[in-house]
Amino acid sequence: MLNMVWLVPILPLIGAFLNGGYSFSGKKLVRPLVHTIACGAILGSFLVTLLTFIHFLGLPSEERSVTVTLFSWLNLTNVKADVAFLIDPLSLVMMMIITGVGSVIHIYSIGYMSHEKSYARYFAYLNLFCFAMLCLVMGSNLLILFVGWEGVGLCSYLLIGFWFHEKKNAVAGMKAFLVNRVGDFAFICGTMLLLWSLVSVGQGTVTYTELKGAVHLLTNQTVMGFPVLTVVTLLFFIGATGKSAQIPLYVWLPDAMAGPTPVSALIHAATMVTAGVYMIARLNFMYSLAPDTMNVVATVGYATAIFAASIGFTQNDIKKVLAYSTVSQLGFMFGAVGVGAYTAGVFHLMTHAFFKACLFLGSGSVIHAMSGEQDMRKMGGLKDHLPITYKTFLLATVAIAGIFPFAGFFSKDEILWHTFNKEPVLWCVGVLAALGTAIYMLRLVAMTFFGACRADEKTKHHIHESPATMTIPLIILAFLSVCGGLLGIPEALGHLVGWEHSNLLESWLEPVFAGPHHEVEAGHTMEYLLMIFSLGVALGGCYLGYTLYTRRQDIPERFVRRFPRLHRLVENKYYVDEIYQKFIVDNLLRLNQWLALFDQKVIDGIVNLTGSITKVGAFISGWFDRVFVDGLVNLSANLTLQGGRGLRLAQTGRIQDYLYVVVAISLLILFWRFS
Amino acid sequence: MATLQSYLMVTAILFGLGLFVVTTRRNAVGVLMGVELILNAASINFVAFAHFRGNDVAGNMFSIFIIVLAAAEAAVALALVISLFRQFGTIDVEEATTLKG
Repeated sequence: MLNMVWLVPILPLIGAFLNGGYSFSGKKLVRPLVHTIACGAILGSFLVTLLTFIHFLGLPSEERSVTVTLFSWLNLTNVKADVAFLIDPLSLVMMMIITGVGSVIHIYSIGYMSHEKSYARYFAYLNLFCFAMLCLVMGSNLLILFVGWEGVGLCSYLLIGFWFHEKKNAVAGMKAFLVNRVGDFAFICGTMLLLWSLVSVGQGTVTYTELKGAVHLLTNQTVMGFPVLTVVTLLFFIGATGKSAQIPLYVWLPDAMAGPTPVSALIHAATMVTAGVYMIARLNFMYSLAPDTMNVVATVGYATAIFAASIGFTQNDIKKVLAYSTVSQLGFMFGAVGVGAYTAGVFHLMTHAFFKACLFLGSGSVIHAMSGEQDMRKMGGLKDHLPITYKTFLLATVAIAGIFPFAGFFSKDEILWHTFNKEPVLWCVGVLAALGTAIYMLRLVAMTFFGACRADEKTKHHIHESPATMTIPLIILAFLSVCGGLLGIPEALGHLVGWEHSNLLESWLEPVFAGPHHEVEAGHTMEYLLMIFSLGVALGGCYLGYTLYTRRQDIPERFVRRFPRLHRLVENKYYVDEIYQKFIVDNLLRLNQWLALFDQKVIDGIVNLTGSITKVGAFISGWFDRVFVDGLVNLSANLTLQGGRGLRLAQTGRIQDYLYVVVAISLLILFWRFS
Repeated sequence: MATLQSYLMVTAILFGLGLFVVTTRRNAVGVLMGVELILNAASINFVAFAHFRGNDVAGNMFSIFIIVLAAAEAAVALALVISLFRQFGTIDVEEATTLKG
């Protein structure tokens, strides 16, 4: 099975090329052909991944790490990097998520994009994205990861600006790309620094399996007075904050909602934005050696979680709420990896992929039904019109809110439990963020599905349940949101029903995150208590959210009236965009203007001066040419002419004249000879 | 007995007359006649020198060559004169100055 694993990324690439070429050729659009190619490619990838997964299940856990080398890429004296795929439990989990959720979203797109003119272009981008993302997670070294890292950034840009004829969308795409570049720059600096330090200790490598054995050599190395590992991991983390939308580089993600909704689901919720979490999980052996970085990661993660959740309260665009929710949930994941709970982070990544994809696709279905309306203030009462969407959306909401036994409960609870053991302060923040999640999600559901419909008559008349290609993916994802958590039942709960090693995901990922086993054996009592507490928080949040936005709408209104300043601050997203605009973007633009002015005045001045000097020189040399050179030429011509004119007199044409000359010269010779 | 000097004197006068005719005549036929005089002067010179060198055959041979040459030259020159007449309607050499520079 493993010799076929290269098909996993290649199939979507082929699909992207076929559809891209088709779109480019300008031939008549045959929709079934386009989506058969695209969905076939990603389903093929999923199939190969699934077979590989089954193959791996049959292996003992220590053999579950295989490097499949395709060809040698870089072969320098100190460094060697192959185009190779590392297939191990972690990359398999990611591959399953990408190809599985990816397939579902491809199928959903058939229905959602059915009226789109650039159908082939859309599917080409989507397939290209899957290729890049699979490269990112499957690559066996940091360079391949970086190729994928940039590739997904590119696809994200292309898909956010998919409807680029509207300036707003093009600008959003550009913003995403530029903000990501900041992170990417840090990332590549980190890679360089890591490589440089490793070469200086004689162990130059970028391959994970070799890095794992080599990084401990760097523990005492410093760069400019800072420990190398801390700097490297921090630089990597800055890269992750760009890609995974954490403070301070999260600003692009809410704007990224300008893209088509399935894209938001796939790229900006389920897969691409989790790349940072994956990267840290993949390099866990390095992060574990840099405790300072870990603290930063956890703090930034939880800060983002609570910060984004608070903004989620005030947004009225259905997709914007989900976007901030995504930022917040990604914060949870970083919180998890930051406290060393890599399994919990990956677990939440997985469950989040399920329920957030479901929520986004559900919102897409709602938007589809509402003829493109995204403002929740103009929705309401949709639960009777869109029964399937409503039910799946509700299940996913319950899952994200963290209610037992849905997926979110297990993953979020595991994160909070590990955080509690490490940093009780962060735990408090996490619980608050979880409470916020429950409230704003219920607010979303209440405003969209409950109450009376606030749409205008024309839209209202048009409301319809989405076609099967859209509802079936919703049902699949809702099912996964409900059951996905069962993969990681904490051992404390498994213990109750007499099931040892109930945390399937943990034992599956154990070879990757092999480290000191959780020494926290303080008994399960505390864990039960925390579980009940967070369940209570989730239920309370749900109840609060439901009540506040259905029966007691007067309370939030009164709150807004009471604290108008606070409300305005949060509604305007703490003015972060404006601050960036004022302090960074404007200054950069001003710098650009200065540079343009410099270019215009100084550089152009030099160029023009050179031009003028040449012109004067040319004039002088032209004058010299005209007067002296031409004079000489004319002089010689004139001399010849004058000489000819003189000599012509001698040539009379009369033979007798010539004879006189002959005789005269003969006589002269005679006299000269004989005198 | 005539001496070599007397012969040379006659030929010198003959040559001088020929040269005078050639240079002064405007009539092309007249010019030709002058040329004949010059040629004959030379011819007589050859014969005279041959006689005084003890009947040297070479001198007589030259004289015969000159006579033949003069005949050929007269034929060609007369043809040219006819051609000249056809071209210009005159045989005055002063008129035929097409080669004037």
